[in-house]
Parts: sequence; structure tokens; C-alpha cells
Amino acid sequence: MPATGVLDPQAEAVLRALGSLGFDGVLGVRQGKVIELDLAESDPRRARDAVESMCIRLLANTVIESYMIEFP
Amino acid sequence: MRVAILVFPGSNCDRDMAIAFRNAGARVEMVWHRKTSLPAGTDIVGVPGGFSYGDYLRCGAIAARSPVCCALNVHVERGGYVLGVCNGFQVLTEMGVLPGALLRNAGQRYICRSERLNAVTLESVFTAAYGRDRRVVFPIAHRDGNYFADPEQIKRLQGEDRIAFTYVDNPNGSAGDIAGILSANRRVLGLMPHPERAAEPAHASVDGAALFSGLLSEAAVAKSAA
Repeated sequence: MPATGVLDPQAEAVLRALGSLGFDGVLGVRQGKVIELDLAESDPRRARDAVESMCIRLLANTVIESYMIEFP
Repeated sequence: MRVAILVFPGSNCDRDMAIAFRNAGARVEMVWHRKTSLPAGTDIVGVPGGFSYGDYLRCGAIAARSPVCCALNVHVERGGYVLGVCNGFQVLTEMGVLPGALLRNAGQRYICRSERLNAVTLESVFTAAYGRDRRVVFPIAHRDGNYFADPEQIKRLQGEDRIAFTYVDNPNGSAGDIAGILSANRRVLGLMPHPERAAEPAHASVDGAALFSGLLSEAAVAKSAA
């Protein structure tokens, strides 16, 4: 997701489009991306550590993005 | 002076940059992204514009992790000169060589037109040539050129006199009107506008030629003094 305080012009456009369709009451929109990973690692802790490292090194740019890791 | 220009899949300003460097008197070699080292004796590395790796994930993100960028990191740590233009600037921020990031333009649109710029600091090999009136015209051609850094970082850049160029009419929402910044050692310049597209009489402006000739002559002086 775009980090707090980072301008998100795509989300602003979505917000305006929702308004023009009559969806009132949408106070804010943030637009991010979902990256699904299929991992060989079966140990949940090691898997989380690995994904954390992937986020820091490539998947997210923490200057402008925040990230959340979820396991199904 | 020996210049290495990195070429990624999707680079499209690499040849323009090579021509600008050659016209300024450099020996230029193109270096493919899979190479793990730069040609021996490389003085300056050019990171060109384009859409490296199709802008997948984030602009410049995948290029920044490519083998040739490990070699670029070594060059930077040795105090080598680097010019990153447009996608090249994005690559340098993704590598962490320059602070901040380039976001989608505030107006969402790709913008391709000439922009007036101010050369803010003259204390660099890239900008020393612009002392006369500090005003240059370079074209921009990008959709993700909205420079972002947190307010503290912007203050630090200003305090350290590391802002190389600002836009006169900020076209993309960049913080502090920033178009280009220098590294702490002032040997790396990243900028969104294209000096290599403003370097010949047939171009709309020739203001960029002085950046290349200044860089080559100043870097040569620094080299002979070392």
C-alpha cells in the first residue's frame, strides 16, 4: 500500500469516480497491490521470515509503500 | 574518459545517451544488464531512460536488482561518476544510491514536452557549466516522475546543496519542484528530464550538451589530480 502521507493519485481518481456513480460517503481510497507467493517452505516462521526479507529487498519500496504479510 | 552505458531490456534512451557522450568526446561502451562487471577503466556510468523490465513491480525496481547494478554499486562505492536519466533516476533511487522515490505524476498522465529548469547548485561536475543564468530547457517524457521524499529528507537535500535542478513550472507534483538531485559525494546525478535529447542543433534545445562536456572535462581534471 502507499505509505501514509504519500500522494496516491490513482486512488484519488477512483474516489472521484465512485462519487460520480453516486456512492456517497466514501471518505478515502488507498490503492495498493497484492502479490501472491507459492512457497516451498512449510515451517510458518521460516516462511514469514523469508517473505519479510523479500518485501524489504524487492517487493516493497518502504520509502513510499507499507506492506502486510498474510498467510491463508 | 571512458563511459559505460547500462542497457536493460526496455531501455530506449541508451543510444541517445551514447551519442551525447560521444559528441562530448567520450569513449562509450554499452553494457548489457546480465554483465557482472563494468569494462576496466570505466570513469562514468550512464543509466539511461526507458522502461526497464517493462516497469514491472515498480519503475526501475527490477533493474536495480540486476547483476550489472551490483557492478554499478561497486563503481559508486569507489567514488565513480554516474548519470541517471529518467528511468535511470528511478533505478538509482530503487538501488538506494539516491534518496527518495519517483511516484506517478500528480496529474496521472504521461507528459512529454520541454520544461524550463533551474540549475540550483553549481557545485557539481554536472551543473558547473550552467553558471551564466542557471536556466536550461530539457524535455521530459515520463508518467512516474513525481519526486517524493519525506520533508526531513528534502530539508537535508536543500541543506547539503544537493538539489541539481528544479522545475520552473512543476509539471508532475514533485516535492520542492525537484527535477534532479546529487549524491552526498556529488558524483551521482539522477534527473527526470533528458539532457541527451537537448544536445544537438536539430533538437529543440542544446542546453544539455554542456552537461555532458562539463561532466567529461571536470571528471578528467579530477582524475588527473588524483
